[in-house]
Amino acid sequence: MAEKRIGRRTIEFASPPAVAGFASVVCKKEGEGPLSGTFDIISSDPLFGEKTWEKAESRMQKTAFMKALEKAALSRTGIDVIFGGDLLNQCIGTGFSVREFGVPFMGLYGACSTMAEGLISAAMAIDGGFAVNAAAITSSHFCTAERQYRFPLEYGGQRTPTAQWTATAAGAVILSEKPGRAVLTKAAIGRIVDLEIRDANNMGAAMAPAAYDTLSALFEDTGTCPSDYDLIITGDLATVGTRILRDMFKADGVDITSHHDDCGMMLFDGTQDVHAGASGCGCSAAVLCGYILRSLEERLLKKVIFAGTGALLSPTSMQQGESIPGICHAVCIEAR
Amino acid sequence: MEYLTAFITGGIICAAAQALIDKTALTPARILVSYVTAGVVLEAVGIYQYIVDFGGAGATVPILGFGYTMAKGVAKAVSETGCLGAFTGGVKSASGGIAAAVFFGYIMALLARPGDKS
Amino acid sequence: MKMTAKEYAKFAKDRAPSSKTAKNMLKAFVIGGGICAAGQGIMELWKVVAGLDMEAAASMTSITMIFIGALLTAIGVYDKLAKHAGAGTIVPITGFANAIVSPAMEFRAEGLVMGMSAKMFVIAGPVLVFGISASIIYGLILLIFRGGV
Repeated sequence: MAEKRIGRRTIEFASPPAVAGFASVVCKKEGEGPLSGTFDIISSDPLFGEKTWEKAESRMQKTAFMKALEKAALSRTGIDVIFGGDLLNQCIGTGFSVREFGVPFMGLYGACSTMAEGLISAAMAIDGGFAVNAAAITSSHFCTAERQYRFPLEYGGQRTPTAQWTATAAGAVILSEKPGRAVLTKAAIGRIVDLEIRDANNMGAAMAPAAYDTLSALFEDTGTCPSDYDLIITGDLATVGTRILRDMFKADGVDITSHHDDCGMMLFDGTQDVHAGASGCGCSAAVLCGYILRSLEERLLKKVIFAGTGALLSPTSMQQGESIPGICHAVCIEAR
Repeated sequence: MEYLTAFITGGIICAAAQALIDKTALTPARILVSYVTAGVVLEAVGIYQYIVDFGGAGATVPILGFGYTMAKGVAKAVSETGCLGAFTGGVKSASGGIAAAVFFGYIMALLARPGDKS
Repeated sequence: MKMTAKEYAKFAKDRAPSSKTAKNMLKAFVIGGGICAAGQGIMELWKVVAGLDMEAAASMTSITMIFIGALLTAIGVYDKLAKHAGAGTIVPITGFANAIVSPAMEFRAEGLVMGMSAKMFVIAGPVLVFGISASIIYGLILLIFRGGV
């Protein structure tokens, strides 16, 4: 009997796992944005000292994990399992980053929702009695995403107003069964929602219905409403997806506007020419492993829903005329 | 004077493509494919030569001109060598451009690395 | 609230910013026209300086403009110009060069054979396929109607 389920979709942790350590690593553009003071490491070298963009992404992710370990005062051997993924084919960014750790690893693919998916997986492992310490790591890199999903870097294309900028960022969170200043209390695992958006340049519109679906389920199952939370923060709906999400809730008579924000809108400011906003696994990861968790530990925020959003498309699916399926995983993090 | 007509002709062709990009669901790739095919067709029916006479480089530099060049080459080759010309004519006229693009692509790839756009 | 895909398409479209088409068309016109005017100048140069006839000058102009497009791509300038020009840098033959040189540079990381060479035509390939095919079809039609051998 699954005693930790409430309502249709939500799970509640019996012993809420705590955040033992977290770290964010970003590159120059992100470091020049509004959240610059919240990141652990800002690199001026997009290659991170490596020879290719993919190796750079692995290096960035590795750095975030090592920094999170340091802040958690743990060694690699103290981590029982790592859950991680990224945007690259076969998740090579993560595979090659974790290769040297010698820690049991389970690879994930949630596109830009990977951080939330990793957090939920790690929390379930701990609360289920399967791990003492578990980590969730992810990353994205503008250059690796462009060369795989879109165009070569020097190609002269023009971005549309709804396009988003893949963040060059990595985040790592280490959860523990031991007490801490921020804990994960509940979560809602997303299901794929596809309202047939076919424009790969409008991810926000593709993912918003999934965010609406998961958040509605979470509110309904827990009997809570937006004002019960200090912040409901979606991963990377950016300006277009945010507008859509807020209006979808408004049509239900629920106003999330004053309690909602979006990592894709927070990472860059209007002068950085990112059109609709940021995207990528690293976007929500860096904002979580900087601004959000720091605010929770300092009790500036007490109850937060972190809802990572992902678009589960590939260049092949797009070329075959498929629409873009979206998914949203939500986890409730509270200050202790 | 030829500079002005080149500017205007080329400008109109590009602005039309921009309208297609912004207003329709057509991707730039599909627009380019349509343009090159249109260049062949317009020369085949005899229209494009007038545009070239008026606009000079404004008609030959855009990708429409690529199609025009190939169509002209094919017509000449067919009249000279018949069936063989149907196959060789187009590629022959485009050969300089294709060879240049391949070769310069190779050289530039050896000399330069792509830069991060941030 | 439950929406059908069609209803959602409208819902999403109403909330998306639209392109500034008029401004984009103007920039495409000016920059695209400028590139063509430059091409005109290059053609005059080949005619006057090298004494080439119309056809040879046109070929050399294409090759020269491809070189310029390739160079501007290599030094990282073409994409900056394209951000503003849109179709103004995609449609001219310099855009063809950019579409070949940019993947060549990008995929060199995967080696000269499997990376650079194999992927050089990943963007420009369709232009060649459709252009060459259209010219062959035209040639065959000419054959049939002129009754050539």
